[in-house]
Amino acid sequence: MRIVMPFIIVVGLALTAWAGWAIHLQGFFGVLVPYAAALIFVAGFCKKVVDWAKSPVPFKIPTTAGQQKSLPWIKHSNIESPFTTGQVIIRMFFEVFFFRSLFRNLKGELRSGPSLIYGPTKWLWFSAILFHYGFLLVILHHLRLAIHPVPCCVDLIDKVDSMFQIGAPPIYLSGFILLLGVTALFLRRILIPQVRYISLVNDYFPLFLIMGIVISGMLMRYVIRTDIVGVKALIMGLVTFHPVVPDGIGAIFYIHLFLVCCLFAYFPFSKLMHMGGVFMSPTRNLPNNNRAERHVNPWDPKVKLHTYEEWVEDYRDKLEEAQIPID
Amino acid sequence: MAAPKPNEIIMIDHKPPKKWWMDTKPTFRQGTFSYPSKPKNIEILDMWNPREWNPVDEDWKLPDDWKERILEGFRDLLKKYRSLKVFMDICVRCGACADKCHYFLGSGDPKNMPVLRAELMRSVYRGEFTKAGQLLGRWAGGRELTYDVLKEWFYYFYQCTQCRRCSLFCPYGIDTAEIDLAGRHLLNLVGCNINWMMEPAANCFMVGNHIGIQPHSLKDMIDFFVDDIEEVTGVKIEVPFMKKGAEILFVTPSGDFFADPGTYTFMGYLMLFHELGLDYTMSYYAAEGGNFGFFTGTIENAKKLNAKIYAEAKRLGVKWILGGECGHMWRVVHQYMDTLTGPADFLEVPKSPITGTVFENARSSKIVHITEFTADLIKHGAINLDKNRNAGITATFHDSCNPARGMGLFDEPRYVVKNVVPEFYDMPEDTIREKTFCCGSGSGLNNDEFMEMRMRGGLPRANAVKYVNERYGVNTLSCICAIDRAVLPPLMDYWVPGVTVTGVHELVGNALVMKGEKKRTVNLRQEPIPGMEEEEEDV
Amino acid sequence: MYDSGKVIIGLVIFVAIATFPFWFGMGKAAPMPEPQLPKGKKECVESKEFMRSTHMQLLNEWRDQALRDGDRTYVNHEGKKIWISLQNTCMKCHDNKEVFCDKCHIYANVKPYCWDCHFIPKESKQWN
Repeated sequence: MRIVMPFIIVVGLALTAWAGWAIHLQGFFGVLVPYAAALIFVAGFCKKVVDWAKSPVPFKIPTTAGQQKSLPWIKHSNIESPFTTGQVIIRMFFEVFFFRSLFRNLKGELRSGPSLIYGPTKWLWFSAILFHYGFLLVILHHLRLAIHPVPCCVDLIDKVDSMFQIGAPPIYLSGFILLLGVTALFLRRILIPQVRYISLVNDYFPLFLIMGIVISGMLMRYVIRTDIVGVKALIMGLVTFHPVVPDGIGAIFYIHLFLVCCLFAYFPFSKLMHMGGVFMSPTRNLPNNNRAERHVNPWDPKVKLHTYEEWVEDYRDKLEEAQIPID
Repeated sequence: MAAPKPNEIIMIDHKPPKKWWMDTKPTFRQGTFSYPSKPKNIEILDMWNPREWNPVDEDWKLPDDWKERILEGFRDLLKKYRSLKVFMDICVRCGACADKCHYFLGSGDPKNMPVLRAELMRSVYRGEFTKAGQLLGRWAGGRELTYDVLKEWFYYFYQCTQCRRCSLFCPYGIDTAEIDLAGRHLLNLVGCNINWMMEPAANCFMVGNHIGIQPHSLKDMIDFFVDDIEEVTGVKIEVPFMKKGAEILFVTPSGDFFADPGTYTFMGYLMLFHELGLDYTMSYYAAEGGNFGFFTGTIENAKKLNAKIYAEAKRLGVKWILGGECGHMWRVVHQYMDTLTGPADFLEVPKSPITGTVFENARSSKIVHITEFTADLIKHGAINLDKNRNAGITATFHDSCNPARGMGLFDEPRYVVKNVVPEFYDMPEDTIREKTFCCGSGSGLNNDEFMEMRMRGGLPRANAVKYVNERYGVNTLSCICAIDRAVLPPLMDYWVPGVTVTGVHELVGNALVMKGEKKRTVNLRQEPIPGMEEEEEDV
Repeated sequence: MYDSGKVIIGLVIFVAIATFPFWFGMGKAAPMPEPQLPKGKKECVESKEFMRSTHMQLLNEWRDQALRDGDRTYVNHEGKKIWISLQNTCMKCHDNKEVFCDKCHIYANVKPYCWDCHFIPKESKQWN
């Protein structure tokens, strides 16, 4: 049920958009919903991040993944155990763009003996890279429909993305990369028993939603065509705040758009916020210079100490008897 | 308490059961949980709900408003710790952490996967604090905080050693130690804590060391060490305590005073300091470097214990502080101390009086790790070492979790060990340095009643030792942690019989050539050194 | 809020990226393209809607059919037979690429590769 339910919800969302199209609610699904989704996404994202930031980081707790900076003749691992802000930025760069920590992944296996065997496993890392970079490219090539004139860098991405010139319109590689990525992430979630066991509706729903988006998008490009000029006109209307709803845009577009809107509106309230959260993680974004630079805790707890004087009172006789010097 | 036999213990399946985790409850089986704190320790630390109770009982004697207390405390922690707040929100449940936990590897219990351990708390966060969770319940991954959930928290939050191995592999650096510490704090609020963590903390607070040995008895114990050292080396040394105006305050985990083999490590320090003619002192008041208060999750406890070190350094008028071999002590000292009880502006930037090296990396907190200090000595040729006195030893090195992932102390201890033993082999790379495995007994779980889980949790570490034992004949496991020295010997006896556990400075003490010493025929354990046996005409 | 400097910089970057299309054109809408239709002709090889959304797929099929299979007959949805030829069928009516094809293609940033092989109409006229 944890798997079926979110699937049904996503199908339901798609049907909602289709029904909306059928009863001529293009204005609602083409204008109001996208504006609302964009607003919820941007405002909700910011609110969540500000909310996190309202809590302080009381202690400097980097997870050190390499040799600390200590004696000059010991080689300091300056990215894995950064000492300066610059080194932290490099660490974060690798974390955000190359998923450094995930790349470290190992698989542990208990065999008879007993013996525990570890081996590198890059499948999760690879799927995640496919998924995230696929998604990024897909978003970038969609820019041609949201800005005008189309700048040359977007054009270049488009060229690379469609470099194989298969068919007309040519296939976008990124879409397939994204589909592959999202499918791999889904399959590992249902096929690896431990991962299935920990998975919640909260995990399946975004996967199905993204699958729905990719599939509807691909259908629109390769199978059930719709008037792309009308689509661009609609989107340009949105981004210039002069919304128009051109006639003759097919239901498939509204389904695609509505699912995208759902994803964006869902984003700030979900685990997808890891996009912002990865920057806020105190085990990654702080330098390992604890003993060199003092970190201040704004709510430093006040405690009642057991002072030296109290301690001496507790043991005065014994201390004197043992000739232990007393202040 | 005896654990089941090794061949029984590994009859485990890492595949989760059919029943989903929100529908299962833990069984409080002997060997898998720690006994609750005695009321007096809770009272000493001025904490909540002291009482006699037993986790196997139905009734845990909680206050009527236990739920409100915990939720209120939870809200408070979310306001205080960004780490907790972010970690409650961003986990994607990718499962990369699952098989990184030694307790999961050794027990197969799915709730020992770090992700699920955290979900025990996250589900309550969603169920109680988020709109979606309140409305949709488990359809949004949320659940209510019930009595059963609380019991589950107690069981699993005291089955985590806060080793942070999972946080290394997490793509967002989600740190289960942060979550576990928060969970333990919330449990404290209703008086659900374990004695092996609370009693040492209470002892450190009142007496100054974790066993609660009173100062005059401790003095006698130190005298025994002096006698033992004289017997082995022929050198009579002095151990300065409470010496005002000394240059350095030396603080080490108090386990080194009481329990073998930590005591040999302690003798190693004493011999080294004597040989250097170091102007140092120790303190009976701040005789504990370790910080069992930290394990409680209630940060005030950590502060109560940690504050003694700077206070004593100030009173004695030392220039800087040298810290002994201890795991979690160094997590607190390195990552918390300056913030928690600093600034140490009354001290000076540490400078080795022997080599003149200035420890710039400790310029603010003014506390140096003993292996940093000793590695520097060796590098400068400031001490004479004779590896042959460790003849017969083929060593490996266990990176303790906290100095590894909370400090990055890897090469200093290795450099020291390699200079004092004839042969050294590291364990497989996926089990050492930042990827090191826990001893299985950290964070207050090194008690006897928890033995089965300790042996399970220690399996990955022991297994790596076994590998180098079989392949290279490694017979000595060196480490820089007092808890390691206490718990690795039974772990080795259980999984890899024949491997000896030793502190790094025990090996240093053995190898150290001292002025005026007699011919060494036995090591600090008073075992004959191969090739240096007493000849008949000798003494 | 703590670390407000860093957090605000981060959020400004985020908002700037997330709203990029909204500020890139400074609110100026590009006019809808108005391709010039051939005068005096009422119907194309298929319906207007079909041609709008699917002409590229049709042309792709035509190319394959004509060049790879040598079959130059297309039967449209109304059953009418049509001679497959870009130059002699399509461009007989749509004889100006600039005012017809390019209008929409530039708007939607589409760069079809028809003209990698085919002459564009004006050039072909010069050649004739």
